[in-house]
Amino acid sequence: MVKSELIQELSEKAHISPKIAEIAVNTVFDTMTQALIRGEGIEIRGFGSFKVREYKGRIGNHPRTGTIIEIPSKRRPFFKVGKELRERINKKSQETTEVK
Amino acid sequence: MTKANLIDALYEKVGLSKKESSQIVELIFELIRSSLEKGGKVKISGFGNFNVRSKKVRRGRNPQTGEEIKISARSVLTFKASPVLKKALNS
Repeated sequence: MVKSELIQELSEKAHISPKIAEIAVNTVFDTMTQALIRGEGIEIRGFGSFKVREYKGRIGNHPRTGTIIEIPSKRRPFFKVGKELRERINKKSQETTEVK
Repeated sequence: MTKANLIDALYEKVGLSKKESSQIVELIFELIRSSLEKGGKVKISGFGNFNVRSKKVRRGRNPQTGEEIKISARSVLTFKASPVLKKALNS
């Protein structure tokens, strides 16, 4: 499923116009992005949580050429799946394994 | 940040009622969940991709007892952040 399909499904199921559905989906992900930019974690019950990890800059070697390079500090987002979703996703694979 | 903040954002920026905002936020995550449950990928451009990966059975070890155990085959969810999101976090 891509974003446009999510928007379409949301529009149908929530009985709202595709335009409003698009604004709603964009607002949700923009708001989440803004929180991560502030370095704030996000917790969505029944879905999962997002956190920003900070990596300090360091001196490293270029893997191919061996030259010493400076690796700048960076921030990366991480997602941890919530219990309910992890179980729902795993359930299907458990069922298929049992059939075999 | 929790769902409550997302509901407020819809209420303030989209002009939906609190009740509608709450239903829409729930529905967005439920649509993503059910799509992933069916084994599909979910791609949110500008944010990232959610992907279900199947893991094979493998041998593991109980870290406390050192006893060898079988780790059953399972499906796990992975998230890969979009380059747009990574860039936004670093600028």
